[in-house]
Amino acid sequence: MKTAIISTIMLTASLASAAIPTASAKIDRAVLAGLGELKIPTSKVCTDAVFLRRVYLDMIGTIPTAAEARAFLADKSPDKRSELIEQLFKREEFCDYWANKWSDLLRVKAEFPINLWPNAAQAYHHWIRSGIKTNKPYDKFVREILTSSGSNFRVPQVNFYRALQSKEPEAFAQAVALTFMGTRADKWKTDRLAGMAVIFSQIGFKKTAEWKEEVVYFDSLKAARNAASGALKKAVFPDGTPAALTETKDPRVVFADWLTSARNPWFTRNIANRAWYWLQGRGIVHEPDDIRDDNPAGNPKLLVLLQRELVASKYDMRHLFRIILNSKTYQRSAVPASKHPQAEALFAHYPLRRLDAEVLIDALCQITGTTETYSSLIPEPFTFIPEDCRSIALPDGSIGSPFLELFGRPPRDTGLESERNNKPNAAQRLHLLNSSHIRDKIERSKKLQAAMRYTKGKPGNAVSTLYLTILSRYPTADELKIIRDYAQSQPGGTATRTETKTKSRGKIKDKGAGVGVRGRTALIDLTWALINSSEFLYRH
Amino acid sequence: MNGKNHSNVRLSRREILKGSLYTAAGLALAGRCAQTAAVTAPAAPLKAKSKSVIQIWMWGGPSHIDTFDPKPDAGNDYCGPLNKPIKTNVDGIMIGQLLPKLAKQADKYSIIRSMTHGNNGHETASYMVQTGRKAGGRDVFPCVGAVVSLFKGRKAGYKGLIPPYIVLTKPQGRFSEAGFLGSKYKPFATGGDPGKKEFLVEGIAAPGITRARQKARRELLHKLDGLGGEMKDSPQIKALSKSEDEAYDLILGDAGKVFDLSTEKEELREAYGMNTFGQACLMARRLVEKGVPYVTINYTGWDTHKQHFQIMRRKLPNLDAGMSTLLTDLYDRGLLDSTIVWWGGEFGRGPKIQWDPPWNGGRSHYGRVFSTVVAGGGFKGGHVVGSTDAKAETVKDRPVYPWDLIGSMYELLGIDPKAKLPHPQGKIVLATPSEKDGYKIGGRLSEIM
Repeated sequence: MKTAIISTIMLTASLASAAIPTASAKIDRAVLAGLGELKIPTSKVCTDAVFLRRVYLDMIGTIPTAAEARAFLADKSPDKRSELIEQLFKREEFCDYWANKWSDLLRVKAEFPINLWPNAAQAYHHWIRSGIKTNKPYDKFVREILTSSGSNFRVPQVNFYRALQSKEPEAFAQAVALTFMGTRADKWKTDRLAGMAVIFSQIGFKKTAEWKEEVVYFDSLKAARNAASGALKKAVFPDGTPAALTETKDPRVVFADWLTSARNPWFTRNIANRAWYWLQGRGIVHEPDDIRDDNPAGNPKLLVLLQRELVASKYDMRHLFRIILNSKTYQRSAVPASKHPQAEALFAHYPLRRLDAEVLIDALCQITGTTETYSSLIPEPFTFIPEDCRSIALPDGSIGSPFLELFGRPPRDTGLESERNNKPNAAQRLHLLNSSHIRDKIERSKKLQAAMRYTKGKPGNAVSTLYLTILSRYPTADELKIIRDYAQSQPGGTATRTETKTKSRGKIKDKGAGVGVRGRTALIDLTWALINSSEFLYRH
Repeated sequence: MNGKNHSNVRLSRREILKGSLYTAAGLALAGRCAQTAAVTAPAAPLKAKSKSVIQIWMWGGPSHIDTFDPKPDAGNDYCGPLNKPIKTNVDGIMIGQLLPKLAKQADKYSIIRSMTHGNNGHETASYMVQTGRKAGGRDVFPCVGAVVSLFKGRKAGYKGLIPPYIVLTKPQGRFSEAGFLGSKYKPFATGGDPGKKEFLVEGIAAPGITRARQKARRELLHKLDGLGGEMKDSPQIKALSKSEDEAYDLILGDAGKVFDLSTEKEELREAYGMNTFGQACLMARRLVEKGVPYVTINYTGWDTHKQHFQIMRRKLPNLDAGMSTLLTDLYDRGLLDSTIVWWGGEFGRGPKIQWDPPWNGGRSHYGRVFSTVVAGGGFKGGHVVGSTDAKAETVKDRPVYPWDLIGSMYELLGIDPKAKLPHPQGKIVLATPSEKDGYKIGGRLSEIM
């Protein structure tokens, strides 16, 4: 009996793991079919080093350490890419990074103009992060938000209804449509929005004796009034079917039933498309939160495939991530194989994307072993932020830094994906190239100083350590030569010993050895150059 | 979670606000006046009289009764020790006794004593005064500097290498300056301190790194930038390399020299005042001289709940020296006609002094009425717009709302107040609001334009 159970478990497990390559292969077939119609060639699958960096950045918003990079590059296992994906799901940074993403969309911000106030913002963020940590099924996550009633401190998801500049029913309807249907209700016909707004016209708010506590509830008095006036009868779901509301049942429950039904394409279309956008850099429908008839999917079959996978997995977001990340499509090189204008929109290659503001500063801190100061401009009640807090873990959009502002962190005012601005500008370049902030990080870094230290027994692996730390790969022979020449040309930064022999015997580990660069200035300039390279600044 | 200081004896700033928040009466009263005083704006021929704006942002809300709207007869509970206002060089205009240098320049500026919006929260009031919009609704509006850099920046032919919207030295941070226009219209904040021996503008000056090393490094960067080389046709890489070129124009080119104050005469620098604010005023003049359309000086420290009079005695002389020298310097160089100088904060301060603990002689937030000063760029000098009651507590006549002032500045800058702003979702939004949007309108400041 016991063995029977065990073997059943093992069988299920192996079936489940077999389902991943199958689903990923289906994704690849759907993408290739779409590209094939236009005869667009695909880019090659990327190298291990590129995959390593990419999947770290996309899954946990964090670059690998030099040790992690060395280990992965040395790993001979044929399944090491899927194994890495599984490891990254378990990281705390995975929860931080995706809680941060959802906090942008759900507008977790204490101060103006959202005004959740600090305690509620903290509680809301904590609730979101816990849902990600426990991998709460997506339909449950949304239903809990939509149907929530109670105190903003004790039932944190009620803050969804507070995190809006306007408390009109239309504003609730617009926020729900944007966040959970990926559509902009201000582009709808007015009667459609008005019909949906009726569903959200029975929400009440009341204060308590606790400072800034607010209770969100189903206001049955409003419901009775709306029933008496006949207004309730005008409630319509966004697909045009009438919503049968009664004054005794919270209409948000009725709406959640409609929205999360497996038969409702709006629900899974939005989240499947967003998940693809987050990982793959471009929505199948693009912009990802502007789904409408006249903005069709670039590859409709691919989108339907993802939607079905999500329903079949009982709304398991990690399953959706997993099948995308394991696909060849995701793992293609960023270097285009053709100049076809549709190549990127149909996923022939992985698109270049500048690192998000938070990810960029966290990476700079990790490389240099330094920390940042984060604060809220309205510091009351005082929020203590530990010195080593990473910016992807900041709970509240009102807590930030000038760097995050400069590099386009979303203000969390509207919940639009486009709030995040990753376009480069001169002020950002000045900052990275020449500010005291970045200069001090590099020049005063104890961590880098240790990496740069020249030791007699192990000559010159400083350069490879810097490359592994900053770019997660070993330097090429050409790069080593450029660096050596640079060091020799520097006044005062001469390389006294230029050992060009590679001592390693087939060991990838010591590829950078033998470069006798010891001028500290040259190594600082190298660090500076790597930090300012497109390879560092872009997801690729 | 983290709100444990609420039971403290010391009241938090929010508690203070709660007591006086949203004095709707101010708006209502002002609204009644508005009906009688409303001036319908003429369809202005939009020829620009002015090229640039220098905004002296009095962060925290400066006291109006102690500066530009003195009421010596209101008694000790209102004036405290500052009860002897002084005459200016314009007959009939008196200002606070700690501003003697500005008193000699009153012919160059006009005082609006009837500014009002009725809001006592820093964030909301700053937003209203700087964007000309009420808070709330779906949109976060851009502030004046962002709108000016949109209409008078690069797209309008501004060719300088210095960004078109500069903040000396730190961003105000109460809200995003660019609003829905997006981060392209954010100001460039200089960092550093112009009052120090060397004004090290963040990103432009790098002490200890020679020009030769800057150039060598840049070459190294290009040689090592393999991905950038491989993908040089990608729009992302092109944008990155364009931004790099612009950055190096400032680091290694001549453009960055504008920030070098050491080329100014020592005498003039001292007249401005050898302190952060004074030298920021000088810096602002140098920037508009180069054609920069919008410069904000964020002047902090005016949120004087406690030690109000000590702070006035310490800070007003610096304001007096810096701002009066700015006006004369602009005038002497023929720049005042084309440069608007806009002085003011998010609100005034309670005219009635809070003598009780914990304030012990402080002034609270006061949005019902406050003063703003404008000079140059087409604004006439030597006038007073509107007035307040005997205790500077309410608007007596000619209420001026933030959007009236902003619309007037736009007109002088040649920006149509009804111009459409580019909205990310394609909504039709005009540069200034109208009555249709539910705003009370006091009208353009035609009396001083």
